[in-house]
Amino acid sequence: MATTTIAAASTTDYIPVKQPFNFGRWFRATGWRHLIGAVMVVFSAFPLLYVLSASLHPGGTLITANGLFSEVNLGSFITLFNLPQQPYAAWYGNTLLIGGITSAGTVFLGALAAYSFSRMRFTGRRAGLLMLVLVQMFPQLLAVVAIFLLLNGISDIFPAIGLDTQIGLIMVYLGGALGVNTYLMYGFFNTIPASIDEAAKLDGAGHARIFFTIILRLVAPILAVVGLLSFVGTTNEFVIASIVLITPEKQTLAVGLYQFVSQEFSSNYSVFAAGAVLAALPVMALFLWLQKYIVGGLTAGSVK
Amino acid sequence: MMTTPGTGRDRAQILAAKKSRQAGRIAEAASAGIKVLLVKVLVLGVVDAISVYALFVLFAKQDWLVFSLVLFVTVVVNWIYFRAKGLPAKYLAPGLIFLIIFQIFVIGYSGYIAFTNYGTGHNSTKDDAVNSLILSSQERVPDSPTYAVTVLEQAGAYSFLVTDPDGDISVGSPESPLEPAADAETDASGQAIALPGYTTLNFAAIVANQEAIAALAVPVSDDPNDGSLRTPDGSAAYLYLSDLVYDEAAGTMTDASTGVVYTEDPSQGSFVAEDGADLQPGWKVEVGLANFAKAFGTDSIRGPLISVTLWTFAFAFLSVATTFALGLFLAIVFNDLRMRGRNVYRVVMILPYAFPAFLSALVWAGMLNPQFGFVNQVLFGGAEIPWLTNEWLAKFSIIFVNLWLGFPYMFLVCTGALQSIPGELQEAATVDGARPWQVFRLIKLPLLLVSVSPLLIASFAFNFNNFNLIYMLTNGGPRDVTAGVNVGATDILISMVYKVAFVGANRDYGLASAFSILIFVLVALVSIISFRQTKALEELN
Repeated sequence: MATTTIAAASTTDYIPVKQPFNFGRWFRATGWRHLIGAVMVVFSAFPLLYVLSASLHPGGTLITANGLFSEVNLGSFITLFNLPQQPYAAWYGNTLLIGGITSAGTVFLGALAAYSFSRMRFTGRRAGLLMLVLVQMFPQLLAVVAIFLLLNGISDIFPAIGLDTQIGLIMVYLGGALGVNTYLMYGFFNTIPASIDEAAKLDGAGHARIFFTIILRLVAPILAVVGLLSFVGTTNEFVIASIVLITPEKQTLAVGLYQFVSQEFSSNYSVFAAGAVLAALPVMALFLWLQKYIVGGLTAGSVK
Repeated sequence: MMTTPGTGRDRAQILAAKKSRQAGRIAEAASAGIKVLLVKVLVLGVVDAISVYALFVLFAKQDWLVFSLVLFVTVVVNWIYFRAKGLPAKYLAPGLIFLIIFQIFVIGYSGYIAFTNYGTGHNSTKDDAVNSLILSSQERVPDSPTYAVTVLEQAGAYSFLVTDPDGDISVGSPESPLEPAADAETDASGQAIALPGYTTLNFAAIVANQEAIAALAVPVSDDPNDGSLRTPDGSAAYLYLSDLVYDEAAGTMTDASTGVVYTEDPSQGSFVAEDGADLQPGWKVEVGLANFAKAFGTDSIRGPLISVTLWTFAFAFLSVATTFALGLFLAIVFNDLRMRGRNVYRVVMILPYAFPAFLSALVWAGMLNPQFGFVNQVLFGGAEIPWLTNEWLAKFSIIFVNLWLGFPYMFLVCTGALQSIPGELQEAATVDGARPWQVFRLIKLPLLLVSVSPLLIASFAFNFNNFNLIYMLTNGGPRDVTAGVNVGATDILISMVYKVAFVGANRDYGLASAFSILIFVLVALVSIISFRQTKALEELN
């Protein structure tokens, strides 16, 4: 162990200092990697730069979007918030609201279930775990017709939580809460030693206190990951949102922007681009900020 | 201590254990604390209040099936939280309730809908269909007497307060037929003008809601054949009678003006004349395997269904293969400690993954637009290459855009997996004389696949139902005009289900559900095979 670290340290110290720069050798060692890197940077970032430049070109169409950054002006963003038929600000608020409540609910319901699977032994536990794994294979959107008709039936009795209500949509999303990420949480809960629980129990803490004040804090990273994945998933969700939410003021960004674009695709492209840039900002910021946790969560879930 | 054996010690031990268990239970009960109890009672109180309200509404609607279900769930929930035992149930119940209703029940419900003719024109019960048929064919009776009418409002719904030519007063709404209203206030001429509990609409309010009021039809009696009252102006109403006469006993609908008799057909859920013409709307009935027979038996649907299924598999497989290949390649390229600026490359390459997927598909749809898009205009110098409208180019574009969307994920995962392979293995292999390619192919790749294969399966399952990409990029097109349903060359199964059920004027929930069942079966088969291969389920503990 010690020798390898010394060897590694010495190689990083040695090569650049002692040997004169040789382009051929540099290229064979790392230069070609930079070449591939440059290609990938263009491939990855170009579409995003394209949409950013389109958004900064007021009144622009698809064809003017091709002249990248030929004009820089925030006019489209102002137009975006003053569209008579498309209440963009409402879509934005709805998306944040529905995404926020759904991800909080998902984290809470999932953590409760993961705690019981990880810490308690009961009949049906193995069957329950098996179900969690199997349910993941059948996403809710497969039953989209039945979900629509179920909500339609609910609206006949309780219009407040049926079709065309955001509560109805959130309830549907919460139905998928246990399916999606509880298994990931379960794996993480298992890495917290049970001796911590026992110590707390000896000190007189009840199960609720142990769960809320001790365990939830220790598993905070996985809660953040699941919350974020759920938020991003809800933001991206189109199928169920498009059939449940009918009134434009109640719709989410995915539904609203899709309908906006399908009505007037090429003529109003800069306004759509402005909407896309604003919609992507919070998601991308969260993602890059919590990047480390997400990558850690993904690989933890996988390697296990 | 250790050396004193004997029954006495055993008994003491058992006693001590019993005591400590008892103490634990007391501590548990005491420490539950007033706060927890308070929260519990509050939350349960809210839940119970909501369900009692629901029970009242259901009782009023006489919907006994749902009533007993709600009652059952409420009782079970209260039982779970008020008894001392059964701790796991307390933690599992909230998630399970949502899971059972919105994930498991709806799967079963899809199965049921697949055996009905639910869809446009078959939306409701037979009574509703009879009523709406009669209402839609109503015409004003030429010599109808004039009924004086006052429009009333109660909780947003309109009612008619009617004074008939004989001076009798009655009240009714589109949902409930006319019935005598004894306590109505009348004016000097004997016309009723107000009724306790209702608001009388004044002239301005009638003008403001003219269209809604003109559309109201208040049945004269329980028998729809008696006709209904309508008011064109909000003050005088006339009798409207239907051309169609319904005979409940014979189950027929007779068109009085033409004399054609439409007979009820329970297998089809509509009234059908002898020449095969049917009246719309019909009602919902169970049709057995008719939807499956339609899906697999009609040439114009079976052909597209088979090609869509094949494309779904091809798309999911190619998506996983291409993203994994590129992600793995990049992971190897950038997994070199000597390289500088790796983090910069890494962050930029994650961007496509962080960008919301539905927006990516829409942005690419713009860039690939044949006439104005960036790719054709700038990269191909104005050529009109039909990226999204030619069958094969559209398929290629979808795989290509999905590569852009999906490679960062595979890159991240492969990087993680590569870094978790111990360096000693590579050293040992190199010492034994293995070449770099051999080290990769014989050592690293197998190890990597072990840890990554569950994710590859998950990725396959995700892409199998990757609705957003298909629908936003090509909308499933180019459309197959010969097909009997609305499908295109790039449609996958789930986007076909969506189009059959929700796009266009003719919605067919029954057929769409039959397609959903097909997806369930395929997904289940794929899951069984993949779980067998990875033995993932055996490790559960």
